[in-house]
Amino acid sequence: MHELAILEGMIQGIQEAASLQGFTRVAGVRLEVGRLSGAEVEALRFAFDAASQDTLVEGASLEILEIPGTGSCQDCGAEVEIQARFELCPACGQGFVVVTGGTELRIKDIDVEET
Amino acid sequence: MCTTCGCGGGGSTLDGQAHSHAPAPLRPGRRRVSLEQNLLAKNDALAAVNRIRCAAQGWLALNLVSSPGSGKTTLLEATILRLKDRVPVVVIEGDQQTSQDADRIKAAGAPAVQINTGKGCHLDAHMVGHALEVLAPPPGAVVMIENVGNLVCPAAFDLGEAHKVVILSVTEGEDKPLKYPDMFAAADLMLLNKVDLLPYLRFDVERCVAHARRVNPGIEVLRVSAQTGEGLDDWLRWVEARRPAPQQA
Repeated sequence: MHELAILEGMIQGIQEAASLQGFTRVAGVRLEVGRLSGAEVEALRFAFDAASQDTLVEGASLEILEIPGTGSCQDCGAEVEIQARFELCPACGQGFVVVTGGTELRIKDIDVEET
Repeated sequence: MCTTCGCGGGGSTLDGQAHSHAPAPLRPGRRRVSLEQNLLAKNDALAAVNRIRCAAQGWLALNLVSSPGSGKTTLLEATILRLKDRVPVVVIEGDQQTSQDADRIKAAGAPAVQINTGKGCHLDAHMVGHALEVLAPPPGAVVMIENVGNLVCPAAFDLGEAHKVVILSVTEGEDKPLKYPDMFAAADLMLLNKVDLLPYLRFDVERCVAHARRVNPGIEVLRVSAQTGEGLDDWLRWVEARRPAPQQA
């Protein structure tokens, strides 16, 4: 899985913010990870320490906010929560569900040390 | 499970109350910086640049994805042989190691550049941007990007292509679209390859297509055999129909 590459992108994003906003240490990172984003929360946790080593994020805490998968059924029109992309509508049991939420993969915010 | 506090997550309640995940209070000496930044923002921005370059040059970029062994390279060889006299074709080859695939493509008569991803499990927009610089395809070329054989990771990385094409060989099992839904959801076309082997296999084509459409109702499906040439004309028509119209000078 590509969680390490995702986290490398996260560190690049934080480094760019650091040069704009003038902070040098990150104490905490909050990520939003959608259930349907394709990223595995446990793998992100596992890779976080390795990816952040020798960067301004090293030693920071990681908080992951999981966002449920949601969609709307093309048959019955219900707005439903789904666990996976290919699930049939849990309301009517047969409709295709078009995904409307839960694909997020975002840095929400970070806590930085005031210098 | 909710990884903020270890609760059941996804609609769980405490004493009938939905509990909020308000951020922990900020410790003294710290400040909170709101980023709201997509984790793939860097890749997506580079993909957008690739897409603009393709549009400006009239290139049709196709991102070919599949598991290892589906016959991507053989399909590309067969495609190049049939297409190269009508349309310029160039190939970007992605593999963890070796330049064997790029060598095969060059032997088939198309310029090719090999990207070795090393530890990486997918191509990204940055690598493809550099490969385009090296290849410098002629205006109106078809740029075939053969991604690393992997049905998981390449789904998440936009390369700036016009379409993802997923190749599934009939020796793999008809439930692949359900097992790897992200890839089949991201693709516009599924090429069902090695159909010449169907008489020897228990592979239900209709079931496989139904699985793919359950994940992606709009996906197109073509049955091909790179080995015998069956169905390749349909595939070539699909490609040629998607080439951008030549720009007026």
